[in-house]
Amino acid sequence: MDNRKLFVSSHAPYWHNGSSIAIKSYNIMLAALPAVLMGIYQYGAPALGVVTFSISCAMIWELIMNFVMRRPVSIGDGNAAVIGLMLAMLLPATTPWWVLLIGTFLAIVVGKQIYGGIGCNPLNPALVAIAMIFLSWKGIMDFNEALLNYELGFPMIYPLATLKYFGVEAVSGFSIGGLLMGSQTGGIGSTFGLGLIIGGIYLIGRGFIRWEIAISFLAGVFITALLFNVANPAVYAGPGFHLLTGYTLIGAFFLATEDSSSPVNFIPMLLYGALAGLLTVLIRNIGAMVDGVVFAILMLNLANPLLDKIRPKALGKEMENA
Amino acid sequence: MIKKPFFGFGKPKLDYTDLAGLEPGEVKEIPFSKQAVMFVEAPHPTVADISFQVGDDIKTGQNLKVSPFSKATLTSPVTGSITDISRKKDYLGKALLAVSIDAAETDTWDDAFSDGVQATELEKAVQYLTGLPGIPNIDALIHPETPLKTIVVNGMDKDLLVTTQQMVVKSRGDDLKEGIEYLKKIAGNPNVILVVPPYLSTEAAKSGAEVRTVTPSYPNSLPEMIMKDVLKQIVPAGADPLSLGVGFISAEGVAALKFAITEKKPPVTKMVTVIEKSEKTQMIRVRMGTPIHSILQALHIPLEEGDRLVIGGPMTGRSIYTEDMPVLPDTDAIMVQGKDQLQHGGNDPCVNCGECIRACPVRIPVNMLVRLLENSQYEGAANEYDLLSCIECGLCSYVCEAKIPVFHYIMLGKYELSLMEKAEESANG
Repeated sequence: MDNRKLFVSSHAPYWHNGSSIAIKSYNIMLAALPAVLMGIYQYGAPALGVVTFSISCAMIWELIMNFVMRRPVSIGDGNAAVIGLMLAMLLPATTPWWVLLIGTFLAIVVGKQIYGGIGCNPLNPALVAIAMIFLSWKGIMDFNEALLNYELGFPMIYPLATLKYFGVEAVSGFSIGGLLMGSQTGGIGSTFGLGLIIGGIYLIGRGFIRWEIAISFLAGVFITALLFNVANPAVYAGPGFHLLTGYTLIGAFFLATEDSSSPVNFIPMLLYGALAGLLTVLIRNIGAMVDGVVFAILMLNLANPLLDKIRPKALGKEMENA
Repeated sequence: MIKKPFFGFGKPKLDYTDLAGLEPGEVKEIPFSKQAVMFVEAPHPTVADISFQVGDDIKTGQNLKVSPFSKATLTSPVTGSITDISRKKDYLGKALLAVSIDAAETDTWDDAFSDGVQATELEKAVQYLTGLPGIPNIDALIHPETPLKTIVVNGMDKDLLVTTQQMVVKSRGDDLKEGIEYLKKIAGNPNVILVVPPYLSTEAAKSGAEVRTVTPSYPNSLPEMIMKDVLKQIVPAGADPLSLGVGFISAEGVAALKFAITEKKPPVTKMVTVIEKSEKTQMIRVRMGTPIHSILQALHIPLEEGDRLVIGGPMTGRSIYTEDMPVLPDTDAIMVQGKDQLQHGGNDPCVNCGECIRACPVRIPVNMLVRLLENSQYEGAANEYDLLSCIECGLCSYVCEAKIPVFHYIMLGKYELSLMEKAEESANG
């Protein structure tokens, strides 16, 4: 009896497909890299500083909260780093250090940890921080003002702001090709359309984000912008312009798809994406703000629990209401 | 271990292992072991008098009634004397008796079996047919609460890597044919359907039964999935196919039935798939009751402390803590995993990634279900989030990014619910 071998016992299944939260986080960062590198190439050392400082601060806030809340150290799962990176990608290269310090605090602590950490946040943490920064220090998020001292060989005006205040004529200088290649001002990681699309396709192909959300968001933006454009081409820009400017692409592939704050059932995912796209263009075209992505996605984050109630009946439960 | 493919955003695609040209001749015979253990449903502890005791001599095929108060019987697979009787509990807490037998080299066959099993009077034979390989409980098929309309003979294996039932279909087509006839006779002439993977349809046709093929991807061989895909019937949540008049029996069970009736001897060997640490599989034929350690010894499969030993396959098997466990009538596979292959759970809560929703074959909102189960809200889980619809395939745990033991939570939830029901019933008198 005493020399009996002991075996590890646990419940089935004894296989796992090898996925993990950390692998997902690092792949999201990898997918964001083309857009981020382009931003660093365009804006130089200040952009690199914003990105690295934001990621470090986010991880440090996470670590501090782990200790304060006496929870296992969770920076290894990469989620805090992703949030820090997303925040940096949305901000201009000239963002001062104290905004990053406060911004990452808002994202990690207010946006995520006070709800119980990863998986419990009802809103996208990076967007919570961006919204608060935007409402608190308008000048920081005003790309025309922030990037005043840069001359990069393309019009140094924020396309959406120009559209809003000067009309469609004023943005006729932006070509689709130029926008795709990042010839526009904006957040560090949100202007290089092609890079974001490549990253997004990579994430969809590998199953790290849910394609239904990304595609329906883009479709929502496209269709709504198209309807506006058809109704009055002199006032409202075309759908291509809306797809490639502002935060549309980063929103579709990196922000709206954040796991915890988005639905998981098929129809809710489509509704969530499409309504966020619709709301984005509504805010841009008839709302007060220049870009609508941040508040559109936050708004739909709030609707997520309700939307996710629309779900198919499980097998064997179908008879009940018959 | 099947990893997620590099590109892939749909459901996990897990295909059942086929025999891949393995011939019946390659099934290894495992030598007879001196020790045998059998399990039988224990009588209620308050009526403790068990009809047999330590020291009793028993013959192969002898049918032992456990207690005058219990219907449970045990058919001995060996000749020898009882060395130990102990109480055990199974996975779901059911009380069992473990009867250890010191087995003799040569078999003395019990006459009562051959007298009892007469092809002409099959009704009386039923008590002897319990515990045949592949039929842990034939009584449910013979005395069903709802009259049986259909019996599904399952020629597919329950789990990945397991090929036991497929081998039976391949090698014992003629036995299946006769067995199905006897089965019809015993069970009151229901319609019999033989379900096999497509590549075995010619072999299956020999059986003369209605043959239906099922796409060999997991979890299509589970009874609820066969009900849905083949019979186009939906099993209500929490019910089993028997309540719809459909019985399930494994192909091996049917072949064993034929053997028992025509040979007038109980079949005492069982076909088992052995899955090594390298996931190489081999098929063996072994006397029921043989402890697993003597099988592993005979096959030279090393097993060290800290490894994992599983009865069944990788998705739905049950890990056991001792290699003294025997091969039982429903043991289709034995799997060994090295300690370096073990997957350990994580600390993370559900991150709502939705992988389980994609994977679930019965559309359970697993992401919500697991939140309730983690907080012991079993009734809410059953009422609102479809706990009882679960067909126990384990895919949710397999794909879980946060490595939550979802399947474990589900089984715990079902178990706790059954306890609550029992408590309620006894409270209501």
